[in-house]
Amino acid sequence: MMSEPQSAPMKKKTFVNGYLVYRLTRSPLTVIGSMMVVLVLVAVVLAPYFATYDPNVVDLRARLAAPSLMHFFGTDEVGRDIFSRVLYGGRQSIAVGVFVVLVAGSVGMVTGAISGLAGGRTDALIMRVMDIVLSVPSLVLIMALAAALGPSLINAALAIAIVRVPFYVRLVRGQALIVREMAYVKAAQIFRAKRLHILRWHILPNTLSPVIIQGSLDLGNTILLASALSFIGLGAQQPTAEWGAMVATGRNYILDQWWYSGFPGFAILFTATGFNFLGDGVRDILDPRQKAR
Amino acid sequence: MTATVGSNVILALSGVSVRFPAGADWLGRPTTHVHALNGIDIDVFAGETLGVVGESGCGKSTLAQVLLGLVRPTEGTIAGGSAGMQIVFQDPQSSLNSRMPVWRVITEPVFARSRRPVGELRRMAMELAAKVGLREEVLDRYPHEFSGGQRQRIAIARALASDPDVIVLDEPTSALDISVQAQILNLLQEMQRERHLTYVFVSHDMSVIRHMCSRLAVMYLGQIVEIGNTASILGSPRHPYTRLLQRSVPKLGEGKLNGKMESTELPSNRRLPGGCFFLDRCPHAVDLCRRPQALVDGVRCHRASVLTEMSSQ
Amino acid sequence: MSKIVLEIKDLTLEFPIYGGAISAVNGVSLHVREGEVVGLVGESGSAKSVTAMMAMRLLPKDAFRIKSGTIEVLGRDAVAMSESAFKEMRGRDVTMIFQEPLTALNPTRKVGAQMISVIARHMKLDKRGARSHAVKLLTSMRINDAAEVLNRYPFELSGGMRQRILIGLAFACSPRLLIADEPTTALDVTVQMQVLQLLREKVRELNTAILFISHDLALVSQFCDRLYVMYAGSVVEAGPTLDVLADPRHPYTQALIRALPDSGVPGAPLRSIRGTVPTLTALPAGCAFRERCDYAFGDCTERPPLFPLEGQERFAACWQNIN
Repeated sequence: MMSEPQSAPMKKKTFVNGYLVYRLTRSPLTVIGSMMVVLVLVAVVLAPYFATYDPNVVDLRARLAAPSLMHFFGTDEVGRDIFSRVLYGGRQSIAVGVFVVLVAGSVGMVTGAISGLAGGRTDALIMRVMDIVLSVPSLVLIMALAAALGPSLINAALAIAIVRVPFYVRLVRGQALIVREMAYVKAAQIFRAKRLHILRWHILPNTLSPVIIQGSLDLGNTILLASALSFIGLGAQQPTAEWGAMVATGRNYILDQWWYSGFPGFAILFTATGFNFLGDGVRDILDPRQKAR
Repeated sequence: MTATVGSNVILALSGVSVRFPAGADWLGRPTTHVHALNGIDIDVFAGETLGVVGESGCGKSTLAQVLLGLVRPTEGTIAGGSAGMQIVFQDPQSSLNSRMPVWRVITEPVFARSRRPVGELRRMAMELAAKVGLREEVLDRYPHEFSGGQRQRIAIARALASDPDVIVLDEPTSALDISVQAQILNLLQEMQRERHLTYVFVSHDMSVIRHMCSRLAVMYLGQIVEIGNTASILGSPRHPYTRLLQRSVPKLGEGKLNGKMESTELPSNRRLPGGCFFLDRCPHAVDLCRRPQALVDGVRCHRASVLTEMSSQ
Repeated sequence: MSKIVLEIKDLTLEFPIYGGAISAVNGVSLHVREGEVVGLVGESGSAKSVTAMMAMRLLPKDAFRIKSGTIEVLGRDAVAMSESAFKEMRGRDVTMIFQEPLTALNPTRKVGAQMISVIARHMKLDKRGARSHAVKLLTSMRINDAAEVLNRYPFELSGGMRQRILIGLAFACSPRLLIADEPTTALDVTVQMQVLQLLREKVRELNTAILFISHDLALVSQFCDRLYVMYAGSVVEAGPTLDVLADPRHPYTQALIRALPDSGVPGAPLRSIRGTVPTLTALPAGCAFRERCDYAFGDCTERPPLFPLEGQERFAACWQNIN
């Protein structure tokens, strides 16, 4: 336990662990969110260990069985165990979420930083392109892109990523405009630093926080979006287990076999909410820390 | 102000004016201009510490930017090494990037221009840190972990990294406590002696100026209204604005303040006054003051000698 | 002796943080009488602002713990009072102004609107009455075209103008006590002079007391009647301003005055204070200034009380003064 965080030379690791835990415990929602996310990640990453059956194995004798000790979440119309499908399906959903956030985040960040730093015509051009993308309702654009690229989960992910890029660009550009005026950038200009240097050392590192915050919030929403696309048939295709696709197929059986849509649907809800809580907590930690001291 | 023969003028500004566009009509053309600097003639001598005082709107920050090459003069010329110049800022919070470890902050002037191996940079940082009184452990930490005084030391180390000839100091101790200010001022003097530096010291604090600066320029609305030896200007100010400044500065142990309430509103720097800029605040204004005043014998007031006589009677 | 408007007795305060607590305020006692201008001087880490914010109950409730001591504002227990009762008093009988006028005003509302809502609320006037009161206040602050200024937004005005507006507002209800936390630090020297003259006038006119927090010794010497010098959360010296500055009896006050550029010879090094301010999470036992003091001796391992000295209300917390 540290008693003098200021005088003793701090190991950065201890600071991050101890302090982080302290701050996390101050906000119950963040704790709940983290627990939810951890639960989902563990279940999904360790799916082979937790799954009770192979998610694709068909067992027509047990079709549409209600939840029981044999099949925790019941079975679907060809007897596949829904619990195992939910676990494996989670891998698709999480993967899509991470892909979108990484791609949209990095492309958006670099573009926004260049736009903000360069100003003038470069900035104007980039922003007009972003405006064009933003002017089309996002869901429509996603559907159009996904349909054009061909229905598959990876194309759905790509479509969502493309549509999210302008948000990151705007976010980072705004930050870049602020950072550009800071005294340390002026100092760098005085010692004749090249623009690339300023971009790499000053603009990008100082715009990372908002991107991380936005990204963690986006994770949850992307999972929702991907599921929605699968629901309408543009994302994951059968027989791949994917939450949205399962909810879609389950629609036909919803009156008598509620578990078919119910459990995957709940998985979507649980995961998206967990990421949202966590995202809020991440923002609380990253933002005020700048003002420390 | 012409340089005398044989003196070592390291920077010379001649007739420098700076105008910034302000306000825009619907076509994007500027409607007015902000006249930040209005005809600056000044020589900076090698090895001296030149003080620049003035209040908000006097143009001292713009002057600093012009000296450093950040801003191009709209009129006039600068002669002298803007290559070998550095700056130390007032606000230790925003002048250091908290996303870089201290050793990178200090050596940035070097690796911003050319690639150097990490080992070489770290060694450089260690030497500079020791020079400014920072322990080796600080090198791997981040600026936001330090106090204001320590951050200014880091800023000074950074300014020294590229081995400059001239350093512009923009209120370097205004944000610091009295005891820390003393340490930083001592450090600055030591560095100056050791490396034969020239300082341009911008400040609003008269006692700091008196302690650090051999020569002083007083600015008002983008002009230099008085320039000369610090002790004589502060001891017997000649320009009415300098007098006003001197009167307004609190001095230790001088008894309770009293005195007339002066008008303190600065004229706008968008549309400059025709004659003497200080006209509407000057208690000694006469008709001739409506003509533009030239800087003569270090003071921009045609009544300066008359007023000095008056006040000594 | 005139009435006491603010009395802090032996206040000890700590802020719980990760890994322990910051002992922010350590047995601080001070008082302000009607019509007095009292200075509270110290460097960063002295807790001068914290003490003032405590007196105004501006610290967030969960952030601090009072370990001992009392605060009495206008004769009433400021800590025990209910939030609503204190709110009545704050803004009307006790007000505060801060260093940065820009952040104290809402940038999206015109100055007039902000002034009128504050005045109307505290003085129970209607809009017209509040507006004319606002104009009167601004005029008394030597603001020409007061009516015109009311129609402006804060960013359109200079720093000095904004601070005068805030001072005007502070005096709207003729408060008995004004706490001013570095109100002129961000202002130009000529504007500072004007603001201080205005404050002095108000003090004379309304018999308002001022607790003036500053780090500028020269300023305080010309403005304050009495002075408290704080270091690392305690009061180390107190007394009439000119006495304290002419004949300081605590080594810290002495060192502080010696460190001023005015005390030095141009070109020669200044006498700085060795060492650094102790971190408030781990104050050394005994006198907080011990490790930086040129005169420390055996007794200093015990915390010195505020010794009374000759002269009116003159104290110094240093064992040297026991003789």
